[in-house]
Amino acid sequence: MTDPRSLSPLDLETPDKTFLDANELVINMGPQHPATHGVLRVILRLDGEKVLGLECVIGYLHRGVEKIAENRTYTMFNPYVDRMDYVAAVSNGLGYCEAVEKLLSVEAPPRAQYIRVILTELNRIASHQLWLGTHALDIGAITPLFYTFRDREEILKIFEKYCGARLTTHAFRIGGLQYEAYDGFESDVRNFVSFVKPKIDEYEELLTTNRIWLERTKGVGVISGKDAIALGVTGPVLRASGVKWDIRKAQPYANYKNFDFEIPTGENGDTYDRYIVRMMEMRQSLRIIEQAVAGIPEGPIMAKVPKVMKPPVGEVYHSIEAPKGELGYFIVSDGSTQPYRVRVRPPSFVNLQALDVMCRDQLVADVIAVIGTLDIVLGEVDR
Amino acid sequence: MHALVQYIESYLSSDKTPGAAGNFFWATVYVLLVFVGLSIAVIAMNWLERKILAHMQVRLGPMRVGPHGLLQPIADALKLLLKEDIIPDGADKVVFWIAPFIVVLAAFTVFVVVPFGPTHAITDMNIGILFMLGVSSLSVLGIVTAGWASNSHYPLIGALRSSAQMVSYEVAMGLAVVSAILMTSLNESKTGTLSMIGIVQAQFDQHEWFLFKFFPLGIIAFGIFAIAMVAETNRAPFDLPEAESELTAGFHTEYSGFRWSLFFLAEYSAMIAVSSIAVTLWIGGWLRPFPNLLQGSTWDLAFSSVPGITFLLLGAICFYNTARMPKHPLFKIQTLGLAGFGAVLALIGLMMFLPPVRERVGDIFWFSAKVAGFMYLYIWYRGTFPRYRFDQLMKVGWKVLLPTGLALLILTAVVGMRAELLAQVKQVFQR
Repeated sequence: MTDPRSLSPLDLETPDKTFLDANELVINMGPQHPATHGVLRVILRLDGEKVLGLECVIGYLHRGVEKIAENRTYTMFNPYVDRMDYVAAVSNGLGYCEAVEKLLSVEAPPRAQYIRVILTELNRIASHQLWLGTHALDIGAITPLFYTFRDREEILKIFEKYCGARLTTHAFRIGGLQYEAYDGFESDVRNFVSFVKPKIDEYEELLTTNRIWLERTKGVGVISGKDAIALGVTGPVLRASGVKWDIRKAQPYANYKNFDFEIPTGENGDTYDRYIVRMMEMRQSLRIIEQAVAGIPEGPIMAKVPKVMKPPVGEVYHSIEAPKGELGYFIVSDGSTQPYRVRVRPPSFVNLQALDVMCRDQLVADVIAVIGTLDIVLGEVDR
Repeated sequence: MHALVQYIESYLSSDKTPGAAGNFFWATVYVLLVFVGLSIAVIAMNWLERKILAHMQVRLGPMRVGPHGLLQPIADALKLLLKEDIIPDGADKVVFWIAPFIVVLAAFTVFVVVPFGPTHAITDMNIGILFMLGVSSLSVLGIVTAGWASNSHYPLIGALRSSAQMVSYEVAMGLAVVSAILMTSLNESKTGTLSMIGIVQAQFDQHEWFLFKFFPLGIIAFGIFAIAMVAETNRAPFDLPEAESELTAGFHTEYSGFRWSLFFLAEYSAMIAVSSIAVTLWIGGWLRPFPNLLQGSTWDLAFSSVPGITFLLLGAICFYNTARMPKHPLFKIQTLGLAGFGAVLALIGLMMFLPPVRERVGDIFWFSAKVAGFMYLYIWYRGTFPRYRFDQLMKVGWKVLLPTGLALLILTAVVGMRAELLAQVKQVFQR
C-alpha cells in the first residue's frame, strides 16, 4: 500500500510564465467554477490533460461555526449546525442533539426517536438525490438534475409541514422534539415512499446501464479500502471500496438497532461503485422509513431536560452516519451554560483529503467526476 | 414592368440553379434568401432547443418574453448586442477579433452548394460535397485561433480538444461520405457524381434512398456519419471543447457579447449544414417520401398538400394554446400575440395550398423537414447523454468509426460491383 501521505506536494512556487511552451500547465479551478460545488478551489498541475497532482484550497465559506459555539448556550447553538451541511441539515441536528444528550445523560423518548429516524432518513434521500443530480450534471447528463429536484421537493414539503423550514430545518431539540408530528404526517411519508420508489428506478434507467455513463465512471477515481481508511474517508465513499462500515450498524444510535436494513458495499472503489452504493442506500433508507412509520409508538416527545442546561464537566464524542459519512461532534463542557469547545468532524472535510489520491494520473474530466462523487458540501468543509 | 415579370417567369421555369446558369442577379437574391432563412432557422432553433429540452426535463423553459417565450431569442440577441465588448488584456487582439469571423464564414459558406430543391441551390458545383466537407472543416481554424488568442488556460485546452476532435472525426466522416458517393456510381451508365444535386438525383433514379441501399450497408454508413457529425459540431455528448462543468465554456470562455453570438450562430448553422449533408446523401434531399413507389397525380397532390397541412397544424397548436392562456388582463397582449402568430402560420399554410406555390414549395419543405428531424435528434442527445471523456472520444473515433468506415467502403464497392466481379471470376475459371 502506498502511503497517501508520501505523495509529493505540488510545487506551486514555480512561476507559470510560458505556459504555451511548457509541457506542464498549472490550472486554477475555482473558487468560481461551475463544477466545484460551491467555492472549492483546486489547483491542478497538468501534463496535457493528465493530472500530475492537485491541491485543494478551502476556507472561502468559513464562518467560524465552532467558535460561535463557545459563545452560545447549548440550545442557542442548535440552529447553527444546520448551516454546515445545508443539504442534510436534519442529520447535523440529530448529531448535535444526541451529543448534548449524551453529555447530559438523557435519552430522547422512543416516539421522538422514531420521528427523528424518519426525518433523518428522508434527509438522507434528499441529500443523495441532490448529489445524483449534480454529479450527473458534472459528467454532462443534464436531465437527471431536474428529475431529482422534482422528487426532492416532496421531501422538502414534508419538512416544511413538520417544522416550517425546508432547508435549514432545526427540526430537533436537545432531549427530543419540539413539535409533535402534524396530522397526516404518517400518510404523507407513506405516500412519499410509494411515490419515490419508481422514481429511483427512473434515475437508474437514465444512467445505470448508459454506455457513456459506464465509461465515464468505471475505473475512475479508484481508492482502495486501505487507502480510504488511512485517509479517514467514511460514508458511501468508504463503503464503495468494500469496507462495511456504517455507524448506524457499528455504533447504533437513535433506535437504529431496531430496524432491519442492509449496508450496501461496492468492490472496486471507483466512481461507478459509489454511484451504485448511494442508489442502494436510498432504497435502504426507504426500507427504514417504512418500518419506522409502521412502528411509531405513542408517548411523550420530549425528555425531562432542564430549561437552563448546565451539563456536568466532561467531554463527549458522538458520531452519526450522515449522508456523506461519519459526522462527529466533540463537545467539552466546563459546567457552564456554554460549551467550552465544540469540534465538528465533518465527513466532507475528511473525504476531500482523498481527492489528490483519487485523481493522480487521471484526466481533467475525471477530477470533476471525482469531486462530484465525493459529495462534498463546502459549507461543511469550511464550517 | 412587363420585362421584369417576364424575367422572373423565365427564371421560375428554368431548370438550372442560378450559379450554374451564370445568373448573377438571381444568385445574389438566393444568397440573401439563404442567409435570411438560415438566420431565422438559428433563431427558431434557439427557441425550440430551449423549449424541447425544457419539456424533456420537466420544466417549462422560457415563458416570460412573449407568449410561451416566443420572443426570447430576440431578447437574447438584443442583450448580446448591447453587452460590453471585452477583449482580455493579454489577448492577441487581431487574432481574437478575426477568429469568430472565420468560424461564421466557414459555417455560412457551405450553404452555397446545399440543394434545397432541384433548382433551389445557389450553385451546383461538380465537386459540391468535397467543397462542403472542405469548407466546413475550416471552422476548426477559427476555433483554434480563438482558443489561442484568448491567452488563457481553459480556452487553450478547449481549442486543443476541439481541433483534435474535429480532425479525427473528419476522417470517419469522409469515409462514410465516400461510400455514399460510391453508391451514386452504381447505375447503368456507371457514372458517379460529387455534385449535391446529382447525388439526390441519383437516389431518385435508383428508386432508393441511399439509407436503404445494400441493406444494411447504407444504414451503417449513415450511422457513422450521424455520430461523426455530432462530434464535428461539438455537440452533446461530444461537447468536450465547451464542456461546461470542466472548462467553463471552452474555447469561447473569454468571448462575450456580439463575438460570442457569432460563435453561437456558427455552431447552429454548422449543425444545420452537416444535417443537410446527411439529408442529401442518405435521406433523399428534397425528395418527398416514396417518390417512385407512390407516383401519379393523386399522390403528387396528396404529398404537395403536406406543407400546407403542417403549417395549418402549427397554427392550430398556437390557437389551442391561445385558448389555454390565463384570462387575466395582464396576459392580454401575450394572448393576442400568440393568436396573431397562429394566424400568420395558418395564413402561410393556406397560401401553400395555392397551386403555383404548392408546386414549388414541396422540395424546400421536405428538405427542411428532414433537417429539422436531425435538429430534434441533436436536442434529444443533449437531454439524454452524459459527456464522453477526451480519450474515450478519440477511442470511438479512431478505433471504432474509422475501421468500420473502411470496411464499409470496401464492402460497398464489392457489393456494388458484384456482377462485374462474378464475371471476372467466371472468366478466370473458364480459362
